[in-house]
Amino acid sequence: MFTDNQLLPISALQHLIFCERQCALIHVEQLWAENVLTVEGRHLHDKAHDGPSETARDIRIARGLWLKSNRLGLIGQADVVEFHRGGVVRPIEYKRGKPKKDASDRIQLCAQTLCLEEMLETDIDEGFLFYGTRKRRTKVEFDASIRDLTMRKIERLRQMIEDRETPTARRMPKCEKCSLVELCLPDSQRFRNGVAAWNDRQFHCDDDVDDVPETDPFDIGLDLLEPR
Amino acid sequence: MKKHLNTLFVTTEGAYLKKDGQAVVVSIEKQNRLRLPLHNLDGIVCLGNIMCSPALMGACARAGVSISFLTPYGGFIAAVNGYSPGNVLLRREQYRRADDPDSTLHIARHFVSAKIANSRSVLLRAARDSRDAESKSALQSTAKLMMRNIRAARNATTLDSLRGTEGESANTYFSVFNQMMSNRVKGMEFTFRSRRPPLDRINALLSFLYSMLTHDARSACEATGLDAAVGFLHRDRPGRPGLSLDLIEEFRAFLADRLVLSLLNRKQIQARDFDVTESGAVLLKEKPRKEVLAAYQKRKQDVITHPFLNEKTTVGLLVHLQARLLARYLRGDIDDYPPFVWR
Ligand code: SF4
Repeated sequence: MFTDNQLLPISALQHLIFCERQCALIHVEQLWAENVLTVEGRHLHDKAHDGPSETARDIRIARGLWLKSNRLGLIGQADVVEFHRGGVVRPIEYKRGKPKKDASDRIQLCAQTLCLEEMLETDIDEGFLFYGTRKRRTKVEFDASIRDLTMRKIERLRQMIEDRETPTARRMPKCEKCSLVELCLPDSQRFRNGVAAWNDRQFHCDDDVDDVPETDPFDIGLDLLEPR
Repeated sequence: MKKHLNTLFVTTEGAYLKKDGQAVVVSIEKQNRLRLPLHNLDGIVCLGNIMCSPALMGACARAGVSISFLTPYGGFIAAVNGYSPGNVLLRREQYRRADDPDSTLHIARHFVSAKIANSRSVLLRAARDSRDAESKSALQSTAKLMMRNIRAARNATTLDSLRGTEGESANTYFSVFNQMMSNRVKGMEFTFRSRRPPLDRINALLSFLYSMLTHDARSACEATGLDAAVGFLHRDRPGRPGLSLDLIEEFRAFLADRLVLSLLNRKQIQARDFDVTESGAVLLKEKPRKEVLAAYQKRKQDVITHPFLNEKTTVGLLVHLQARLLARYLRGDIDDYPPFVWR
């Protein structure tokens, strides 16, 4: 059992799966940078969370439901949870864009489900992801393999945060769309263990007066000087 | 992360800044004159008697826009910054290193050697462009002298000797500052470096731009999670932004000094643009102040390749990148801090 101040946010799992370093920068180092993507994502969520709870025929819809599991040490919020007559529970998560290649959305939904099961003392066998571009639901079945994967990711997340570990960066194609690229500076890793040597090269200049920087077009207008 | 780094400079006395949705509105005499979305801004600099609504300060704090309140001539009064990224691990590491004499010296050496190297490059660049044979050779031989200072700074064994080297090279550099000017008019000579107050026109310009740079460095530190007050070369003194001052060392000559020279050489700023008070203090008048700020802002939009990251970036982002590289070094991601050396 975890105490309340050991709880980790469910949303961190998504960061973890996208890039472990990104996850550590946010949740270990607590750096956070907003970019258009994260802002858009939040708007979408605000909309999903905004509406009042509704009751439509046999379904009661709860929005922005807080979730917590002391057994797993997780806390989070579900976009929508449907409570069907007869005790069936269905979590639904809204996502910008189209289905991702990785399992992050399914893992997030599964983690929510694990919390819900513990809180409601029930079993939940499926839920839905709703992708903005598709405008329809994608069913997610909570079978043994996704549950197992989710548990392993939760363990990895906890280990990383408790060890205060930030994995080193590597420039990858996905860095292009990473909201933390400007803080992560993956390119600084080019000389990871050789910055001191790089510095030596920078400062290696001799008395050569032709050693003039060329990298900057800005000039101070000295060419206006007339010979005396 | 912000890429555009626009700074809103407000210089009109009595202007009132308020929040309108996610935008800042500047109103002068109850008339709304300007509306800018906060997400386009990196900082707001209020020079002189400017008012700011609490709602705007709150919105800026949340949006990561730092607000500085300065005297009309750039003297620091106060700043509004939101919660910086709650990076307690980074800050602890920063304090640990600042308390450790060896680490402090190691980091401080980088700031000073880069400062001297960049000043030297400014001299050499000016020498190359100079059409005056006498100035050219004076600038070149001074640059040679400064080579020695770079070596001394890199090998300094105490903070005091490092500061000594820094002072010596500053004197050497400023001794030929006039040689980098093309219109040597009476009253427009550089005499010696005077800060509080500036005693000649060039010092007035330099001090003004250095304080703009300090504002930028301060917000870069805050945005990165570093404590802008705890420096390595500049030791703790209440009210002094030590680390911001450390970080601007790499940029003084490259950015501020060259901008001053350009404004003077192109006669954008002239002797009549200053007030000389009875006490001898020299102050930039209001209209030319705007001109200087516009030139500074424009200069910050120029694109340059970052020597270490080998990535195109704007001149304005350089100080942010250096703050982040310092943070990455303190956190142990890279084995040393690569200062900005203009090559
Ligand atoms: S920039 Fe690349 S390495 Fe760095 S956090 Fe983002 S995805 Fe990971």
